[in-house]
Amino acid sequence: MTPLLSLDRITKAYPGVVANSAVSFSVEPGEIHALLGENGAGKSTLVKAIYGLVQPDAGQMHLLDDAYAPASPAAAREAGVAMVFQHFSLFDALSVAENIALGLGDILPRRALAERIREVSRGYGLPLDPDRLVGDLGVGERQRVEIVRCLLQSPRLLIMDEPTSVLTPQEVAILFETLRLLRREGVSILYISHKLEEIRALCDRATILRGGRVVATCTPAQETSRSIAEMMIGARLPTPTARTAVPGPVLLAADGIDLPAPTQFATPLRDVSFEVRSGEILGIAGVAGNGQEELFAALSGERSTTPGMITLAGEPIGQRGPNGRRAMGLLAAPEERLGHAAAPDMTLTENAMLSGRVRQRLGLAGFLKWSATTNFARAIIESFDVRTPGPENAAKSLSGGNLQKFFIGREVLQSPRVLIVNQPTWGVDAAAAAAIRQALRDLAAGGAAVIAISQDLDELMEVSDSLAVISGGSLSAPEPVANVSVEEIGLRMGGTHGMEVAHADA
Amino acid sequence: MLTLELRTSQSRVMTVATPIIAVICTMIAGGILFAALGKNPVEAIRVIFIDPLFDPFSRTELLVKACPLILIGVGLSLGFRAGVWNIGAEGQFIMGGIAASAVGLAFYGTEGQWLLPLMAVAGALGGWAYAMVPAVLRVKFTANEILVSLMLVYVADQFLRAMVSGPLRNPAGFNFPESRLFHDSAVLPILIEGSRVHAGVIAAFVAVLLAWLVLERHIIGFNIKLTGSAPRAAAFSGVKPGAMVVVCLGISGACAGLAGMIEASGPFGQLVPTLPQGYGFTAIIVAFLGRLHPVGILVAALVIALTYIGGETAQFALRLPAAAISVFQGMLLFFLLGFDILVRYRVRRLRVA
Repeated sequence: MTPLLSLDRITKAYPGVVANSAVSFSVEPGEIHALLGENGAGKSTLVKAIYGLVQPDAGQMHLLDDAYAPASPAAAREAGVAMVFQHFSLFDALSVAENIALGLGDILPRRALAERIREVSRGYGLPLDPDRLVGDLGVGERQRVEIVRCLLQSPRLLIMDEPTSVLTPQEVAILFETLRLLRREGVSILYISHKLEEIRALCDRATILRGGRVVATCTPAQETSRSIAEMMIGARLPTPTARTAVPGPVLLAADGIDLPAPTQFATPLRDVSFEVRSGEILGIAGVAGNGQEELFAALSGERSTTPGMITLAGEPIGQRGPNGRRAMGLLAAPEERLGHAAAPDMTLTENAMLSGRVRQRLGLAGFLKWSATTNFARAIIESFDVRTPGPENAAKSLSGGNLQKFFIGREVLQSPRVLIVNQPTWGVDAAAAAAIRQALRDLAAGGAAVIAISQDLDELMEVSDSLAVISGGSLSAPEPVANVSVEEIGLRMGGTHGMEVAHADA
Repeated sequence: MLTLELRTSQSRVMTVATPIIAVICTMIAGGILFAALGKNPVEAIRVIFIDPLFDPFSRTELLVKACPLILIGVGLSLGFRAGVWNIGAEGQFIMGGIAASAVGLAFYGTEGQWLLPLMAVAGALGGWAYAMVPAVLRVKFTANEILVSLMLVYVADQFLRAMVSGPLRNPAGFNFPESRLFHDSAVLPILIEGSRVHAGVIAAFVAVLLAWLVLERHIIGFNIKLTGSAPRAAAFSGVKPGAMVVVCLGISGACAGLAGMIEASGPFGQLVPTLPQGYGFTAIIVAFLGRLHPVGILVAALVIALTYIGGETAQFALRLPAAAISVFQGMLLFFLLGFDILVRYRVRRLRVA
């Protein structure tokens, strides 16, 4: 059988780095094909070439028997290739139908389009109301909008980049049913994910990239997550060390944090209370958009509360700003790498200054010690194995995982008493994620209190001592991890999140 | 077919090259404009850009004209980097001039070396206070500082007219709307014999140095760059957005106010209704032409000063209308902003599939 898509020695180099070097592989019709690799292995560049966002320097692609060299995403869509990105490109203030209309090349009358959306979305088990505002939708539903937008173009090949990172376990199950249905209809899916268990459950074949080259192909169902991860990194995966630390005194306590929503589409915090002890990792689970950002801002000091709502070792700190809290030993690592944790256009040295000035004493009377800062940046790069030519490189030149290691390292190396991390391993490959989790464990073992906010339940079950769930801006009471089950937590996170309608209709 | 491709990092070559390309394109387009006005374009460009450089008096005049542009441009550039758009430097310039003149006139006839520094402080404070109006309105009521600061220019202009026709009018001036001529202690000393180059030029160079120091070595400069580059990262770093607005408008207002004092006490030597010459607006072009970099602004201010001086010569030598020179300066900003795209993007020839 002729493969649907075949790549023949695709090569793409950027100044200073070869992203893809003679990559060849093929996707059969009606196949779910996984594209695996560490961050920086070249997956994004390859997918961008297939979707017409970059033009390869050398090599050919074929779609069935025709030469395929899309000059733009529009050309790729024309040829039947669609893509769902990891980051959604939707307008909050527009309706579902309006958002979809914006992404489509040809213009359908609005009523006909709404009807098509209902039809297609229901047909694939992803019901959507075309008239609702995207700003009012949950993350799972937003992803549906992106998927339905692709399906309306009847693609032959659907590319999905990290689709499950924002979904509850129940929502993942629904998505997988849809993907399997598409496979039965003969649609091919190129699936990028770091969640190896999911890949083993869903994908027919996998191509593994390392350093821009294809290093292996396998049938995921016949491998273990560990063996796949080791193929990706080309080395043995370290086994996490067990922690034996006994929780000490309470370090950080939240006492009924109430904060109004800062913007129309944000979530208010409602009576959030918890305690974290020295040596303890508190995991906060929840579907994106349920108040994690707002809770993070309140804890990091970007938004202030009344003094007593947050106490550090008994001292009220609710009114203090980020630097006041840093001076006391409370550090934070935001979720959004580019733009929040980092200034993308600034160098790693400057980004080390960004949150390291107070605690690393990188300033004197307002004047900045740049050489000391460069040393600090170098220390982070070395201790956390950040792959970059040096601290003078712009933050945005690093791959997501390397950048994440840099920002987690930046806070960890400042020996915090309390560390708050939001999505510590989001979009990060297995090896980097393992390193980050180990760093959090080591920190707790050294007597720090850690709060890990994450949508990855498996991760939280692995690293946390106790677990709480945030939903609609309220936090459930933390419970020891040993006492909770994934199903229970999934339901507390909102189950299928208002998607029950789906089953009623179908 | 040509297409634009995003560069992985900003091109340093283009950062420096685009202002030069813009100047060259302005010369070409300006030449076409002058030709359309029936003038010899080559001669017009020569009169504007080349001749002043070979005339000793014009060379010193470059410094006189560039001085307020540098001072205001440097102040504005800090705010522009942080995304705080002070468009009303002209108004702050006027208010600084009025405040400094009022102090100078209050001590009319009193000799002393302390008077000029006092006037400088009054000028800077006047500009700063006037810039606080848009700053407070922005922070407290989220009023757009672009509109508020711009509209306040016209208020300041009327206030100046009221002052020179009222409280600050020369009692022995036959009711002309202007102040007394400042006495010696209130006039900036001349640095170069036989020219108009005054001590204010030193202040402009000091401002360049200070701005460079603040941007490269100080937390205020770092926070300014951070706010402009990634506002959320700045908030995470501990920068309060409101404080940033107040600081940036304050610095640029003080710089403009000081420039107002220097103009009044330097070239004019009195307070006149024609004190505002549009430096506050032209400094916006200067700031961008100089890439918001202190040294770049120094160079840009000299280039713009050249067009002023050359433009004046062209007005009487070639009978070019005054408006043509303004159009000329406007073209410069237009080309500069247009070519800016080359810093972030590269032009690629698209292969035809």
